[in-house]
Amino acid sequence: MKYASIKSARSLWNSLPLILGTILLVSLISILIPSSFYTTIFSNNLLLDSLIGSLIGSVSAGNSITSYILGGELLTQGVSLMAVTAFLVAWVTVGIVQLPAESAILGKRFAFLRNITAFFLSIIVAIITVLIFKLF
Amino acid sequence: MKIKNKLKNISKSWYFLIIIILIYLSFFIFKENIFYSSLSFAFNIFLKILPVFILIFILMALTNYFITPDFVIKHFKKRGIKKWFFAIIGGVLSTGPIYMWYPLLSDLKDKGLNHGLIACFLYNRAIKIPLLPVAFLYFGWKYVLILSFVMIIVSFIQGILINKLMEVKK
Repeated sequence: MKYASIKSARSLWNSLPLILGTILLVSLISILIPSSFYTTIFSNNLLLDSLIGSLIGSVSAGNSITSYILGGELLTQGVSLMAVTAFLVAWVTVGIVQLPAESAILGKRFAFLRNITAFFLSIIVAIITVLIFKLF
Repeated sequence: MKIKNKLKNISKSWYFLIIIILIYLSFFIFKENIFYSSLSFAFNIFLKILPVFILIFILMALTNYFITPDFVIKHFKKRGIKKWFFAIIGGVLSTGPIYMWYPLLSDLKDKGLNHGLIACFLYNRAIKIPLLPVAFLYFGWKYVLILSFVMIIVSFIQGILINKLMEVKK
């Protein structure tokens, strides 16, 4: 058990600069991009808005609650549910900000493929979710 | 020459942290308010994730102790669909920021866990049970439940997709 603990501590220590760097980067982006910015860039095209939602969600970072609050605001501003869903899903599944950490620890190829597939899947999830939601 | 050798020994991840610190320093010089706001934001995140960090250390130690490569091969490679359920449930139940889990997943990858399962686990981290009440408040329970269900199905699809794509030669 002692060996396992030492190994774990070493592994965490090696990841510490990446984790600290990511926390600092996430914080900086959260401060630099105000919530009002998000409401100004949507059009009224469902697919284009989903793509925009997914793009914004991908480059944004922070707690999921922040994305719920922003998503709620976007809905009240008249942004489509599909775009908001793509935004919410991309926010939590795509991590451009965390990409350096993810690729360093889990491999560049894996990190790239995971994020790019998650990006496109966020649009697909949005379409399916809204279609099912409207059915019930 | 000595400095050059010393620089070579520094892990790339430290360079990442140094670059971020330099960006912060530039904000300190030119936009002091953003520097302090961001630092305060970062400090709050750090305080919030500290307990999770301890939990992850314990989980990593337990994993290192109990989960040997043979164990992983036995439970993740031979149990068909069950390994996917394990990844889904593990992802949903795990807490803290996504990047906190990278070291543990890296360890499991070295022990034989395939990329698709890691992707599936990471995708399901998007579904956070403690945050569901907040999501219900904003979007209604029906929408949230449908979204969660669709995401679980898609996480499985992404896992298979990642496995296929990782097999493709560079």
